[in-house]
Amino acid sequence: MNIIVLIKQTFDTEEKIIVKNGDICQDGVNFIINPYDEFAIEEAIKLRDLHSGEVTVITIGPERAENSLRTALAIGADKAIIVDSEDHDLDEYSIAKVLATVIKDREFDLILCGNMGVDYGSGQVGPRLAEELNIAQITTITYMEINGDTAIIERDVEGDKELVEVSLPILVTAQQGLNEPRYPSLPGIMKAKKKPIERLEIDELDIEDDIEAKTTVMETFFPPQKNAGRILKGDLKVQITELANLLRNEAKVL
Amino acid sequence: MRKVLVLTEAKAGNLRGVSLEALTAAHRIAEGGEIIAVAIGNEATHYANVLGKYGARKIYIIGNKELDIYTTDAYSQALRQVINAEEPDAILMPHTAIGKDLAPRIAARYGLGLVSDVIDVQVENGDVIFTRPIYSGKAFEKKKVISGIPFATVRPNNIPVEGFNGTIEIVHFNVEIKDLRTIVKEVVRKTTGNVDLSEAKVVISGGRGVKSAEGFKPLQELADILEGAVGASRGACDAEYCDYSLQIGQTGKVVTPDLYIACGISGAIQHLAGMSNAKIVVAINKDPEAPIFQVADYGIVGDLFEVVPLLTEEFKKVLANA
Repeated sequence: MNIIVLIKQTFDTEEKIIVKNGDICQDGVNFIINPYDEFAIEEAIKLRDLHSGEVTVITIGPERAENSLRTALAIGADKAIIVDSEDHDLDEYSIAKVLATVIKDREFDLILCGNMGVDYGSGQVGPRLAEELNIAQITTITYMEINGDTAIIERDVEGDKELVEVSLPILVTAQQGLNEPRYPSLPGIMKAKKKPIERLEIDELDIEDDIEAKTTVMETFFPPQKNAGRILKGDLKVQITELANLLRNEAKVL
Repeated sequence: MRKVLVLTEAKAGNLRGVSLEALTAAHRIAEGGEIIAVAIGNEATHYANVLGKYGARKIYIIGNKELDIYTTDAYSQALRQVINAEEPDAILMPHTAIGKDLAPRIAARYGLGLVSDVIDVQVENGDVIFTRPIYSGKAFEKKKVISGIPFATVRPNNIPVEGFNGTIEIVHFNVEIKDLRTIVKEVVRKTTGNVDLSEAKVVISGGRGVKSAEGFKPLQELADILEGAVGASRGACDAEYCDYSLQIGQTGKVVTPDLYIACGISGAIQHLAGMSNAKIVVAINKDPEAPIFQVADYGIVGDLFEVVPLLTEEFKKVLANA
C-alpha cells in the first residue's frame, strides 16, 4: 500500500498567544505536530505494517517544519517531503492546490490527515485536496480497516457513529479516538536520520492554476478581558441561593 | 445587493437552530438581495414556512432518496445543481459535521475561498467581514474573501437570530444523483437526550470529579431542569465515566452556551478551548486552587455531589416562581 500522510506544525497548546504588529508572534514558540495529525501518522504506520507498503509524510512549511518530518520518520514513516512555504501568502485554497500538484503524479492508495489544525481550526485542506484529486473522502474517522480495495470505516458524526464502506483510493481525516499515537523510539530516531527528505520549492512546481490566496486576514485580536469572577462564600445553602439569584438577576441566564 | 444561498440542516426531522442563524447572517450579506434556502429531505416541507419567517424567500426542497443519509457525493451533486441554477453571490452553511465535510469540497470544486467556523458576519463598506476564533478561542481573526464570492460556515449558537417575514416560493427541485462512492452501512446514535450539545444554551459538564458513570446522574437532573445538555471533560471520558461524544475541549466539541456549569473539572487549557466563549461560567470544585476558577464568573468550592442536587432544587424553585 502506498500511504501519504499530510502533517503540519502548530503551536504547543500551552503557548500564550501574543500579537505583534498585527500578526501572531512566533518568537520563542515551541512547535509540535498538530495533535490530530499524530493520529494520522500512527494509523498510516499501523496499516503499512499490516499490509506492507510505504508511508510518505508531506508538509508545507518553513524550514523548522523539517523537525516534524524527522519525528514522523522516527515514528516509522519511510519518506518525507517538505514544500517550502516561506515568502508565499497561502490560504487553504492555495495549500490544497500545491499539495494536489505534489501528489497527483505519485502512486497512492490512501491519504491521511488530521481533521483540523488546532491553531486555525478550519479543517478545509483534506476535503479540498480530495476534490482536487477527484477521490472520495471520509472525514472524522475513528476506525479503519482495509480489505483489499475496500475500506471499512467508522466515523464520528457529532457524537453519533457511522459505519461506511468505500473503495480505494480515498482521503480520510483523523478524529480523536482513532488510535493511540506512539512516541518515537531511540532506534527509530537513529534510523530516521538516514531516511530521505525531499525538499521542493513552490516556484519550481508546475502548478496548473493560480495559487494566490482567495482570503485574507484583516485583523487579529483578543477577546475582551472578562472581569475576575468570584468564589461565593458562606454557608453552602446561602451560596446556592445567592448563585441562583445572581444567575437570574445579574447574569440573566436563568 | 447580493443573492445569498444558505444550506439549511435538519436532524431527525427537526430544523437545526444554526440554520436560522445562517439565515440571519445571510440577511446582513444580502443587503436587500434575495436569500435562497436549500433544504434537503422530504420533511423539509414541514419547516419550509419557518425558513420563510427568517428571511428565506425561495426555498429549494430536494427529496431524493439518496440524500436521506449524508454522503459527500450525494450532497455535493445536489448542492452543485442548485448553485449552477442560481449562481449566488455568496454561500453560507452551518459549521456542523455536514458543513465541515461539504463546504471545503464545494469550495475546491468552484475554486472559491472559504472562511470556516465564523461567529460573526458584518458588512463594512461593501465588504463582507467574517470573525472567527483561532488558537482554540485564545484569539480571533477578521477575514474576508478577496477573490470570488464570500463563502463561510457558521458556528452554532453565536449569531443572534432575527426574524424577517415575507412571501416564499417553494421549489421542489429534481436533481440527478449518481455514482456515489460511499455506502453508509449503519448509523448508531450515541447521543442521548433531546438537546444537541453544540447548540445547547445550557451545558452542565462533568470532569474526573464525577468519579463514575453514575456520578453523571445528578448532572443530568440539573440539565433536565434547565433544558440543557450534559457534557464532559476529556478526563471523564478517558476514565470511561461517559462516552466520548460528550467530550468538550480542544479535541472534542466546542460549545457556546449562555450558561456553562463545570462540575469537578480542573480547567486544563485543552478543556477551556471547548467552552471559553460561554457567556457565563459557573465552577464547582473541591479544590479552591483549580484553574477553572480563573475563568469562572461564579464559583462554589465544594463537593459536587452535595452542591449539584442543591442547585437542582433551588433552580426548580426559581423557575417555578418565574
